[in-house]
Amino acid sequence: MLEITDLTHSYGDHTVLEKTSLTVPDGELVSIVGPSGCGKSTLLRCVAGLISPVGGRVVLDGTPIDGVPDGLAVVFQDYSRSLLPWLTVRDNVALPLRRRGGSKAERRAAAEEALSSVGLHGAGRRYPWQLSGGMQQRVAIARALAYRPSLLLMDEPFGSVDAQTREDLEDLVLKVHRDEGMTILLVTHDIDESVYVGDRVVVLGRDPGGIRAELEVKLPSPRDQISTRADPDFVRLRTEVSRLVRGAGALEVPSEAAAEPQKESEPREEDTEET
Amino acid sequence: MRFTRPALGAVGAVGAFGLAELVTRTGLVDNEYVPPASTVLWRAVRMCGDTEFLTQVGGTVRVWLTGLALATAAAVALGLVLSAAPWLNRAARLVVELLRPIPSIALIPLAVLTFSTAAKSETSLVFYAATWPILINTLYALRDVDPVAKDTLRAFGFGTVPILLRVSLPSAAPFVLTGVRIAASVGLVVVVSTELVAGTGEGIGGFLMQSQSGGGQPDYMLAGAVWAGVLGLLATGVFAAVERRAFRWHGAGTEAEA
Ligand SMILES: Nc1ncnc2c1ncn2[C@@H]1O[C@H](COP(=O)(O)OP(=O)(O)OP(=O)(O)O)[C@@H](O)[C@H]1O
Ligand SMILES: [Mg+2]
Repeated sequence: MLEITDLTHSYGDHTVLEKTSLTVPDGELVSIVGPSGCGKSTLLRCVAGLISPVGGRVVLDGTPIDGVPDGLAVVFQDYSRSLLPWLTVRDNVALPLRRRGGSKAERRAAAEEALSSVGLHGAGRRYPWQLSGGMQQRVAIARALAYRPSLLLMDEPFGSVDAQTREDLEDLVLKVHRDEGMTILLVTHDIDESVYVGDRVVVLGRDPGGIRAELEVKLPSPRDQISTRADPDFVRLRTEVSRLVRGAGALEVPSEAAAEPQKESEPREEDTEET
Repeated sequence: MRFTRPALGAVGAVGAFGLAELVTRTGLVDNEYVPPASTVLWRAVRMCGDTEFLTQVGGTVRVWLTGLALATAAAVALGLVLSAAPWLNRAARLVVELLRPIPSIALIPLAVLTFSTAAKSETSLVFYAATWPILINTLYALRDVDPVAKDTLRAFGFGTVPILLRVSLPSAAPFVLTGVRIAASVGLVVVVSTELVAGTGEGIGGFLMQSQSGGGQPDYMLAGAVWAGVLGLLATGVFAAVERRAFRWHGAGTEAEA
């Protein structure tokens, strides 16, 4: 069980997460949604023990996280930077398996198998920089799955793949989750996806960052891309999540800038919004 | 029109050779002290068969490469230690910036006094001169290692030393090699200068001194210089080839994105 209690983190004097609490029972898949910059990646990094929060506690199976817990795998949002360019794709996937022991041949076989499962059969001998962004993202997913973690953190893992592959990968994660019963935290920007894959959807908000809402997803399992998405409960939930995310500040336009009439000499509105 | 790089290089070399030949043949410079380029080149080629000269070249190369190898080992090790401890790095920074600009030539007297043999003092000077470019490159390269790559291995439970070996060192390697390439040219200058100044008569520098003494044999002198140049060129070529083959991944990502 993962227990996050009063988690607070700030970068300098910019507080990103404030007194955030979340409990995730073993084997649950929690989707995390929220506007850009609300602290989703920060939350995952705290759980991974990669940053130590300013305040609060993260406890995994009764032991406080202070450093990286065992049996953890992370799919980083910056997936391409998380692959080592001097190793082949297969060796990238096989590298973490050293921590699991086993012979080189076994590690390679496991890597090839994981690559096949994400649709990259035969790409193992290539280098990450020879692959497209979407393929690199799948390599990062394969690496995490091959590791057979007990806690899997995924930060927008399907952002760069096409719609069809995305659905396949969603189903792959659901299948691995069902078969191996690992706990998964999955950050996504796609509201339909958050409901489709999640046992629960957690909506984060911004300024101050924290949990705005938690919704149980009681859709029948196994889920199906066609029938689940047509289920009235699914539609109701995704509408609810969508409303909550908007409320959490997804479309915050500085009202003054928008209301003020633009002088001709001034730069266009798109430019001023950035500054 | 497109030329390959070696072809263009050859055109440049032939052009420079022709110009040098022209300048000496037309008497623009005194023929007695600066023989024509063709004479020098012919002399240089014939010196291939001169075992005494080759022994001297061998001595220079040995000192040069030994100093370079020791400097590489020391600079990379020091670089790793300094980047692992930020406070140590800050403390060492000023010392490095103070020592680095000291010309190795200025340390020749000290080296000669300190070390029993000429080879040892020369090696130590090459070591000194070659350490800085490698150390500086190593420090910058280690500072720029992608934190996401390090975090990835950390998340999979790898410790500090495995991350150093599996992420930081490979990622820094191309920059370290560039440092070694720069250090190689610097090192060659230092060996030959030391040989010249220390006056032990050894190495290419010693050969240059001998050919200069007693009225001088300018063609021998210049041919010796040509050999020093060829050594430098060879080293640069070897390092560049290693960089291209072993570090194909380096810059490949940016190429693809651009
Ligand atoms: N290393 C850092 N130093 C300073 N500020 C940071 C750092 N990392 C994140 N931030 C800030 O913290 C806030 C939350 O960042 P975080 O990456 O957690 O957001 P996110 O919810 O993952 O956003 P996105 O959906 O765009 O990935 C942002 O305002 C960001 O600018
Ligand atoms: Mg993020």
